[in-house]
Amino acid sequence: MGAKVAVLDYGIGNLHSAQKGLLHLGVDAKLTSNPAEIEAADGVVLPGVGAFGATMNALEQSGLGVLAVDAAASGRPFLGICVGMQVLYERSEEAPDVKGLGILNGSVRRLPAGVKHPQMQWNQLEVTSEHPLLEGLDGEWFYFVHSFAAEHTSDVIAVTDYGGPVVAASANDNVWATQFHPEKSSNVGLTLVSNFVKQVERSVA
Amino acid sequence: MKTVRVIPCLDVDDGRVVKGVNFVGLRDAGDPVELAALYDEQGADELVFLDIGASHEDRDTTVEMATAVAEKVFIPFTIGGGVRTVDDARKLLRAGADKVSINSAAVSRPELITEIATEFGSQCCVVAIDPRRSTTPGLSSGYEIFTRGGRQATGIDAVEWAQKAEQLGAGELLVTSMDRDGTYEGFDNEMLTAITSVVNIPVIASGGVGSVEHLAPGVIEGGADAVLAASIFHFGEASVAEAKESLTEAGLIVRPIA
Repeated sequence: MGAKVAVLDYGIGNLHSAQKGLLHLGVDAKLTSNPAEIEAADGVVLPGVGAFGATMNALEQSGLGVLAVDAAASGRPFLGICVGMQVLYERSEEAPDVKGLGILNGSVRRLPAGVKHPQMQWNQLEVTSEHPLLEGLDGEWFYFVHSFAAEHTSDVIAVTDYGGPVVAASANDNVWATQFHPEKSSNVGLTLVSNFVKQVERSVA
Repeated sequence: MKTVRVIPCLDVDDGRVVKGVNFVGLRDAGDPVELAALYDEQGADELVFLDIGASHEDRDTTVEMATAVAEKVFIPFTIGGGVRTVDDARKLLRAGADKVSINSAAVSRPELITEIATEFGSQCCVVAIDPRRSTTPGLSSGYEIFTRGGRQATGIDAVEWAQKAEQLGAGELLVTSMDRDGTYEGFDNEMLTAITSVVNIPVIASGGVGSVEHLAPGVIEGGADAVLAASIFHFGEASVAEAKESLTEAGLIVRPIA
């Protein structure tokens, strides 16, 4: 049996794409808000679209915020995508009164001035710190849709150029995250998802 | 850096892709899922499906199509046409569409833009605008928006409407020149400039592309962020690769084809 991945379903936006990418790779992936299923999963994905505040509210109301924090603390491979990456941080300029999950240290800030907000385009990845998530992907192109991004901390593993270097991916121990949408980045995106799945498989082997 | 997106547009009726010239005289050009996969392979950055069918049954077929496309194709896609309520948008987004495009329904009830943006985020709310040069009195820009596939004059100024759509929460504008659509004469870059110079959200240029050389001016002269075309791609007159080559030769940056 392959590894089981839980994609957290907190009920807003389009959260299905991440699951579809995983299913396409033959992974047993469930879109779920069920605590038992999340607990039983070998890896957890926190997808995201939309706003920081609305996402945090939905995570709190559904109880999935606490489950996400527990899953990250359990040491199991964890992947945050887009706003699902941003909420891993402590706070965001987008909603200064809303607390993030605080799984990663630091803040989320508005994109540099002088460029269009949101960045809604494909952009090139520059790997700044070798990482299994980004294996074979330095210089590849991914699809971004965002107006905010994490600040530069020691967790950053890749950036992209949008009015200056913008944080594109971070990792701290078992918690990995991408600002771009791997599930919408064609074959290279699926390669990244597959790199995450390999980590999940290694963790259960 | 700014990267120009190349977006093939597929007109869909009852689950099949069709393309009309000035929206009449439709020709059948294939299966949406297969075409979407083909465009992904060719290096398309995004896809737009415009549902031109009107029936209630057609709505359900479109949701099924979104599901089928999302299972096979891993690039962003937008579905427009017939989205009238938050519930219509929800069905398409939950089926796997990344964005919905609204046009006539937003003109008759502008709050719909805010409702969709609030519920799902601005990034999935595209407002489609179909301007035509017009002598209707009271238009400050000289461009009037038309609805119902270009058939219905509204008396609303296109540039003012674009600004209002942005204020109401639109994340992107899809601007199709009704003067140029189906003419193969190139984008109406003057009209595009009138809009792109007053909004800060991404604008997709549409309407009139007859060759890949028509694409770059939409960005360089018209100020657009992305270029959309239908016929030149569907009937094999040009490939996405040729479109990207042409944009690159004009000095623009595109995602290279793998």
